[in-house]
Order: sequence, then structure tokens, then C-alpha cells
Amino acid sequence: MKKYREILLDPIFNNNPIALQILGICSALAVTSKMDTAIVMSLAVILVTAFSNLFVSLIRNHVPSSIRILVEMTIIASLVIIADQFIRAFAYDVSKQLSVYVGLIITNCIVMGRTEAYALKNPPIASFIDGIGNGLGYTFILILLAFVRELFGSGKLLGYSILPLSTDGGWYVANGMLLMPPSAFFLIGFIIWIIRTLKPEQMEEA
Amino acid sequence: MSSNVKKTLMVALGVCLVASVLVSTAAVELKPIQTKNKKLDMLKNILSAGDLLKEKSNIEDIYKENIEPEIIDLKTGEVIPKDKYDEVVNTNDFDVKSVASSDKWGEAIPADKDIAGIKRMPKVMIVYQVLDKDKNVVKYIFPIYGKGLWSTMYGFISLAKDLSTVEGFTFYDQGETPGLGGEVDNPRWKKLWIGKEVFDPSGKLKIQVIKRKVDPSAPDAKYKVDGLSGATLTTNGVNHLVRFWMSDEGFGLFLKKLRGEKNEKV
Repeated sequence: MKKYREILLDPIFNNNPIALQILGICSALAVTSKMDTAIVMSLAVILVTAFSNLFVSLIRNHVPSSIRILVEMTIIASLVIIADQFIRAFAYDVSKQLSVYVGLIITNCIVMGRTEAYALKNPPIASFIDGIGNGLGYTFILILLAFVRELFGSGKLLGYSILPLSTDGGWYVANGMLLMPPSAFFLIGFIIWIIRTLKPEQMEEA
Repeated sequence: MSSNVKKTLMVALGVCLVASVLVSTAAVELKPIQTKNKKLDMLKNILSAGDLLKEKSNIEDIYKENIEPEIIDLKTGEVIPKDKYDEVVNTNDFDVKSVASSDKWGEAIPADKDIAGIKRMPKVMIVYQVLDKDKNVVKYIFPIYGKGLWSTMYGFISLAKDLSTVEGFTFYDQGETPGLGGEVDNPRWKKLWIGKEVFDPSGKLKIQVIKRKVDPSAPDAKYKVDGLSGATLTTNGVNHLVRFWMSDEGFGLFLKKLRGEKNEKV
């Protein structure tokens, strides 16, 4: 049990897919201007990484290595399409905002990276948990980014007004730059800085 | 064939087969819910343009009670009779995108007239008439669209019975920069439109979205709407698309015809 716990929690701080492995940055920039899109996106990524890891691990001993990447991609793509269909059916408003980014989970390096690096070599349950763990690591960064960007960019959290905006008669002048994708770059940079200051062993050799 | 190649093919085929069954099941099973969502979303937007959206009441019921759609020919301003409806053009699911792209109902716009930047437009358009309790038309809701900075913006403009006073203005589909051009969706900005006049008393198209703020004391302030700061190109897009659809290329002939009918009655 202790082992599974480690597999689950390790990717959140110690081996975070975004902060340490620098994977999945593209979608982290695109969907974090609001909390609700970030949450739905995170859930979708958790499910897709978990199940693609599970399925790849289940058939790992039968997949000829010459076509393993194709098989992984087929599994990932199918899961993403299914997730996308579910989001469109049950969270229509959010799906409009996420638009193409759900489909782009297919190209999210985290999913592919975990099936290649972990699921091909490990048993199904451990792989499944590794998938959830890495999904949670992604979620942790996404929620953090979305929290800062939505709060200071539009004065809201989950759509509820927290800081009354000057354009609506309040006092807070919104920082428009935070709503633009590049601001997530700076924020991710700060997060990496903080994590690596707290955990110096993550620092790369210059 | 060596057993190695055989196995590779088997695995590939097996994976594809399982994946395709799963994907198609999900797509087919969820399709009805998705279509319904899309339709409800559309109705919601129509109602919000007509300021009919009430909380906690059924959208479909409000729509049925208050809205009577009809389809008009933009070239003549005449109403298209119901027996001419087909699967693309009907009042149940009128989608401007598919109507404009169809061969029968859409046409290319000459570049010099295409101020809204939409290249193709439908020859017919839906108009939602808002009825009061006694089934009298109190306002009209017109679908409008045109190019902004990044995206084609789709929306509705609602005019009062006088066919000039704006009663509501909304975009339901746009991909402008959030926080700048995306503010076309901001309720506060949309409210600025309410009460503005599209035409002057002689029927000349006057409405305009200007750069900066409108001086409220200016005599023509009621024909002008504040532009969005930091979003000049989006603002120009809105200006062009409203003027395009309210001109004779758009709903102009229909509006003239309605106005004429009213004058005869008086």
C-alpha cells in the first residue's frame, strides 16, 4: 500500500509533470484563464492518463515494440474522443470554452510520456495509479494558475465576483495581461522557482 | 509471412477494432443529449437577446409561449411560406452557418459589398418575433454575424416595434481576445446598446460603434455606441456587421416593408 501511495503522490510535488518534467505546458497556458475550464480540463486529463496507462499496461506484453507508439496513440486518442463526447453532452457551456483543447489532450506530452515511460514496464494497477498521480500533478499546477489568473485577471473565482472590478463600479483594476496565455508562462516559471528552492535536489546541473 | 509480422498485424487490428467500437458507441449514444444541449443553448441566446430569460423557468416553454419565428427572403423582404421549408431552411433548427454554405440557400457576396467580412451569406434569414400576451408582436430579434479580429462573431440584435430602437444585443459565439475584444460579451457593454436608434426618422441607417466614449450631450448620441478600449479591430468588426445586416444587403428590405405596412394601417 505504501508503494501505491508513493506512486500517487510523488508526481504532485517531487516529480511534477509540468514543473519538473516540463510536459503539457501548451494546454496549461490555454485553459487556465478561468477556474471552471481548468477543473474540467484537469478531470479529463486525469481520466485519460489513468485509463490509457491502464490499457497500455494490460496489453504491454503483447504489443510488438515496432508498433507500440501507434498502439499507445490509438488508445489515447480513443479515450480523448470519448472524454470529449461526454463533456459535450454533460457540460456544454464548459465544452464551448475548452473548444479544441480537449481534443489536444491527445498531443499532451504527459499522457504519451507516462504510457511510454511507465505503463509499458509496470503492472496495470500501479500504472493506473501512476496515471491518476500524474493527472493530479497536472491538476495541481492548472488550478494554481487558474486561481491566480482568474482572481487577479478578472476579479472572480469560479465566476463569482471576489474583487469588485473598476469597470463594474468597484475598486479593483483588473490585470488584463493575466488573461493572456503568456502570463501563464511567467506563473509557471515562478512555481518552478519556488518548488526548486524548496527542493534543491530538483535543480538541474548548469 | 513470419509469425512476427502476423502478430504485429493482429495486435494492430485488435486495438483498432476495440477502439473504434468504443468511440462510435460513445458518439452515437451521446449524440441526442448533445443536439439537445446545442438547441437549448441557441434558444437561451435568442431569449436573452429578447430579454425574456427568467430564472428557474423552462427555456423551451418560454420560447414556445413568446416567440414566433418566420423566415424571410432578404432580396425581397417577403416571408417565405412554410411549404418551401426543407431540411436546411426551417424554423426548428435554423443554423446560419449551414444555410450560408448551402448551394441552394447561400450565395457569395461581392467583395466591395462585404463589409462584414463574411464572404458568403444566406439568401434567406430567420426573424424571431416576440409576442405579448395577446399575440401582438412587440419586438423582433435578428441574427447577425461578421468578422472581428480573430473570429467570426455570431449574435442577435433585437429591435422594438418601431423597428429602430435597440432592445437587446448579444453575441453567442465569438473567439475574440478575452478581456479585450472578448468584452463584446460583457453584459455592461451589451447594455449600452439598449435604447440606441439604428435609423433616423427618415429611415437612414445611422447606428455606429465609435472609438472612445460617446459624448451623451451630442445631438447624435443616440445613434452611437462606445467602442471597446484596447479592441479597435473587434469594435470595427461589430460596427461593420451591425451596419451590414441593417442595410439593404441584410434585413433592410424586410424592415422597409414592415414600416410600409405600418404606415398604410395608420
